[in-house]
Amino acid sequence: MNSKKVRILVAKPGLDGHDRGARVVARALRDAGFEVIYTGLHQTPEQIAETALQEDVDAVGLSILSGAHMTLVPRVKKLLRDNGMGDVLMVVGGIIPEDDGRELINNGHADQVFTPGEPLDNITDYIGSKIRS
Amino acid sequence: MQQLVTELLQGNRRAAARLISLVENDDPQKRELLKDLYPHTGNAYVIGVTGAPGSGKSSLVDWLLKLMRKDGLKVGVIAVDPTSPFSGGAILGDRIRMQDHALDQDIFIRSMGTRGSLGGLSRATREAIQVMDAFGKDIVLIETVGVGQSEIDIVRTADSTLVVLTPAGGDSVQTIKAGIMEIADVFAVNKSDLPGSDRTVTEVNMMLDMKKSKEWRPPVIPTVSLINEGIDQLWEALQEHRRYMEESGRLLDIRRERVGRELTEQVEYLVKSSIWNQVKEEIELESLVEKIVHRRQDPYSAAADLLDKINFYGQEAEEGD
Ligand SMILES: Nc1nc2c(ncn2[C@@H]2O[C@H](COP(=O)(O)OP(=O)(O)OP(=O)(O)O)[C@@H](O)[C@H]2O)c(=O)[nH]1
Ligand SMILES: [Mg+2]
Repeated sequence: MNSKKVRILVAKPGLDGHDRGARVVARALRDAGFEVIYTGLHQTPEQIAETALQEDVDAVGLSILSGAHMTLVPRVKKLLRDNGMGDVLMVVGGIIPEDDGRELINNGHADQVFTPGEPLDNITDYIGSKIRS
Repeated sequence: MQQLVTELLQGNRRAAARLISLVENDDPQKRELLKDLYPHTGNAYVIGVTGAPGSGKSSLVDWLLKLMRKDGLKVGVIAVDPTSPFSGGAILGDRIRMQDHALDQDIFIRSMGTRGSLGGLSRATREAIQVMDAFGKDIVLIETVGVGQSEIDIVRTADSTLVVLTPAGGDSVQTIKAGIMEIADVFAVNKSDLPGSDRTVTEVNMMLDMKKSKEWRPPVIPTVSLINEGIDQLWEALQEHRRYMEESGRLLDIRRERVGRELTEQVEYLVKSSIWNQVKEEIELESLVEKIVHRRQDPYSAAADLLDKINFYGQEAEEGD
């Protein structure tokens, strides 16, 4: 019990219909030793930010396939900031055009963006290195 | 750190979340914080919810939350899921069924992994209950998977325990783990939309009637947590049990037992840590191990020698001498 665990919220905002990808990532994170709080489909940005707060997570991973990433990601990030959780690592995964990804990162809405086909190890390694350092 | 306690008492949810992390991580400052919280605890009524994996615990908790909120109660939930023994990681998924309540300011839900030792878990759960209690929750619900003895221990920290069963199908309820039957104050036979529900209810009732009569006879409530069926009766039964606990004096009895255990644990902790701090100062453990390995000493007299060097009454007595 005495070792601190890295806690990460994996959430699916928006209306897209399945969460296979998010579940696969959640399992990979568990196998890498993280505590993954998984909340299922159709979460609003408000629900995500409040869950991140109650669960006192170190990172939030958003899975977005609906194409609404340019509104959803900044919204979640803003709500986290309002909660005093601006320093929580924000990782986004999904079908996200390169330009959009760059913009999200450059504007400070996300720390990293992963697109389909990214090896799972890269995702877990990235989160592990950012949080443990 | 003290700031966190002040903020918690003012109703700050982030402070509550961070305090739970501190107790869960066994932070060195934890004791001081719990000490400050203690005068503000004692109001929350704790309900444990346990049962086999997938029996519908989280869905039932979700419904119960709705009814409790209707009654104006503030509720905390601690949802425990198993940690993978291979990676140390965990998927904590109980919230999926409870997210309708995520934005209710008077509900606070926290997921926990069983992590390393289960003894550690029941301690962390108890301490998280303290935090939620001081935070002003009227009810704290604890969801755990009822598989091992240690998880049953966690449920023992509850004032009322709800055991969730499902229709046994071809199996007889005789196969239900003995320990689980013993701890129930209320039974739900969930998934009563499935075949065999009536038989399961009857069999559990028969088993309960064969026991020599106790003051409280656990009711058996069929529920369907996919839809709102049997939930009102379930909440009524839980309230009935609470009334019984309060009016019969049982609640005070179990709280006395609990405080007794807590006190013993704290004394043991202090004795142990004070002895070990001194042992570590006085003796090089490694060289002693070396001696024992080479059979130049035995562990029995080595341990006795160690304790001879220790002042059991701590520094103060030494100065007083
Ligand atoms: N047929 C039927 N299925 C149900 C009922 N209640 C829940 N389920 C299903 O049972 C599954 C598990 O429900 P949960 O509420 O997550 O059960 P749980 O006991 O919390 O599960 P764990 O926390 O994983 O042990 C889900 O797929 C539910 O849809 C019910 O009343 N009838
Ligand atoms: Mg559950």
